[in-house]
Amino acid sequence: MKIPVRFVVPAIVFAALVGFFIVGLRLNPGEIQSPLIGKPAPAFSLESLGDPSSKVSSTDFSGQAWLLNVWATWCAGCRQEHETLLAIARENRVPMLGLNWRDDRALASRWLAQLGNPYVSVAFDPEGRTAIDWGVYGAPETFLIAADGTVLQKHIGTMSLAVWERDFVPLLAPAGEG
Amino acid sequence: MIPELGHFTLILALLLAIAQAVFSLGGAARRHAGWMAAGRSAVVGQFVFVALSFAALTYAFVQRDFSVLYVATNSNSELPTFYRVAAVWGAHEGSLLLWSLSLAIWSLAATALSGSLDLPFRSRVIGILGLISIGFLLFMLTTSNPFERLVPAASDGNDLNPLLQDFALAIHPPILYMGYVGFAVAFAFACATLLEGRLDAAWARWTRPWTLAAWLCLTIGIALGSWWAYYELGWGGWWFWDPVENASFMPWLAGTALIHSLAVTEKRGLFKSWTLLLAVTAFSLSLLGTFLVRSGVLISVHAFATDPARGIFILGFLTAVIGGALLLYAWRAPQLKSSAGFEVTSRESFLLFNNAFLVAALGLILLGTLYPLFMDALELGKISVGPPYFELVFLVPMLPLLALLGVGMHAAWKRGLLSGARNRLLAIGGTALVVSLVAGAAVYGEIRPLTTIGFALALWVMGSSLAILVARLRARLPIPGAVLGMVIAHFGVGVSTLGITGVQSFKIEKDVALAVGEAATVADYDFRLTALRDVKGPNFLAVEADVVVSRAGQQVTILHPQKRLYNSGGNPMTEAGIEVGAGRDLFAALGDDLGQGRWSLRLQYKPLIRYIWLGALLIALGGGIAAFDRRYRRRAESTVAATEAAATTGRR
Repeated sequence: MKIPVRFVVPAIVFAALVGFFIVGLRLNPGEIQSPLIGKPAPAFSLESLGDPSSKVSSTDFSGQAWLLNVWATWCAGCRQEHETLLAIARENRVPMLGLNWRDDRALASRWLAQLGNPYVSVAFDPEGRTAIDWGVYGAPETFLIAADGTVLQKHIGTMSLAVWERDFVPLLAPAGEG
Repeated sequence: MIPELGHFTLILALLLAIAQAVFSLGGAARRHAGWMAAGRSAVVGQFVFVALSFAALTYAFVQRDFSVLYVATNSNSELPTFYRVAAVWGAHEGSLLLWSLSLAIWSLAATALSGSLDLPFRSRVIGILGLISIGFLLFMLTTSNPFERLVPAASDGNDLNPLLQDFALAIHPPILYMGYVGFAVAFAFACATLLEGRLDAAWARWTRPWTLAAWLCLTIGIALGSWWAYYELGWGGWWFWDPVENASFMPWLAGTALIHSLAVTEKRGLFKSWTLLLAVTAFSLSLLGTFLVRSGVLISVHAFATDPARGIFILGFLTAVIGGALLLYAWRAPQLKSSAGFEVTSRESFLLFNNAFLVAALGLILLGTLYPLFMDALELGKISVGPPYFELVFLVPMLPLLALLGVGMHAAWKRGLLSGARNRLLAIGGTALVVSLVAGAAVYGEIRPLTTIGFALALWVMGSSLAILVARLRARLPIPGAVLGMVIAHFGVGVSTLGITGVQSFKIEKDVALAVGEAATVADYDFRLTALRDVKGPNFLAVEADVVVSRAGQQVTILHPQKRLYNSGGNPMTEAGIEVGAGRDLFAALGDDLGQGRWSLRLQYKPLIRYIWLGALLIALGGGIAAFDRRYRRRAESTVAATEAAATTGRR
């Protein structure tokens, strides 16, 4: 029995689609969403939260890997991840810089005094200009920057130890070498 | 204990689904009545166990059992009870369980109401539904078990995604899934027909009410999603052409084409293989949507947590189900002959155009949705296809579709347009065009070509739908459910068109920064920010604004937009303040605190936007009335012969 071509067309079209899906499963379309990853970290030099006369800048840790954590006192997720940040700071593997975003200086200082300070230094960004450069669209967000100044990783939302172990720790150089 | 029972009943449901498939298909092949009866019993058993499993998961949520991983991930102790229940389907695992429950309900209904069908055919339908069920239950049990324990138990859970903590979105998935999954019945009917290699008109008559029921659920589900996006996402848009929206819209388009093509197959015995292909396509697109949303091959704001293992499983399942059905189609469909002819202006040819335009829109939307994937896979770069493309490829087939719709309803089967109808339609068309021009100029003060066409088409479709009723009443003809349903649904299409044209042509959006006491003007409405206050909800803190809207010095309303921060963290959520009116919506959404007491606000004037959803409800209502037409409850007799006879004697 001969089958007219037009009845086979749907099956062929579908087979082609499946082929694309197989390839598509191996690709990660999400890469497009973090244009910063693999790019040089945007530079900034801002007032320090604790001391308006001194500056905190993106080059403070050049030559070693560092973390940038975007936070604010109005952000409930930041309150939630604070314990995790303190735990990460206690590991002492990588210095953490805080970017205090659209916040009040007094409130932010009180927050750190009360809850503990995981940051080596905190940059004060009341208008959110630096945050825009970094593509921040909600706090908290955490970035890992390599020793050569490129952005290695970005996590949007509350940091947890699970995320830290899974997405960040493998990217850090083994302890002792860094 | 209860979660383990839920897991256990899910395994039992899988075993029963296997029994349902094996005994039904095997029994039909061997003509063994006992096996076929066993297959039917398995349907009931499967439904009971899936329902028990669903109840167990719901119980875990209501009891706040944070020792269950899925419960701990998707709810917390502060979450109100209503949303704890809705959280059952708030993420991947539970929504699959909802899928399975929905399939079990449809299978049960199809089994219970198919008693008058030929026994082997009925068993094949049940067997194919069993095969689909196996796939989903296996998927859940192997990669996405909702009952997995969390050791040690969490003291409190995370939260249900705050975006989903909303009434419309809580009921959106069950209705949407009833629609998606409902196409499985039409799919099973089509596959059973292909297996038997013969198609009679009774087949089309049997498939029609099932397809209508599924399609009306999908219509309501999509409308709810669109309404939710409008007031919750804070942008005031009602459709974004997001991959996930497209994933629900494509089966809807295929289903719409299917219910029209089924009419031709039932009444005239034509388009047989095409109708079968559409039945396969509608369900295939439902499955494809499931794959796209859960596999991570496309980016979407709605995407579920993705996992390659899940993607591979669904892709395998998809290939087996759709590939199998399409191969069956290639093998058996050529044997189905359609023998009758019809005239150019007959209803058949209008329905053929309907199908051509709907499928064209469907194909172009599918292409746009998958285009980023094609480009990425061929290493031609990462791109995204935006609304301008989709709007264009949707608009181009829709304009002629709407124009022809008004005529097609009045055309007779086989013979074409009668002269009485022709004069009537010319009058309606002329009136629609004049009213559209005058109304556009009078109400909105300007005449634009596309707006005029949109309003004219809307009035034309509404007018010609009503004319059917008027003509029937005048001729003292009865109005059966099928005709009434058609009129209401098509009237709804006109109403939606009116809304879409109005809002797309005359909407005004303004982003402003206001301090308390300041005002902004949008379309002769004054929006004055009069107060800001903190509000405490059950599980969130919010800033709420009072925005007093006045027009020509007269206060119209006070809007209360909120910016919510859920205690569980995450991004702030926008709750728009909306004043609903027959002619327009007034919309205010709070943006960001800009410091020094200033807030960014998005103010909008949305003319006629309500009619988009009102039309969708009418479409669904029409589908419901048509699905309950009396003739579907009669035992099968040849509709084709009756139509032939009517066409010959000149009676309609």
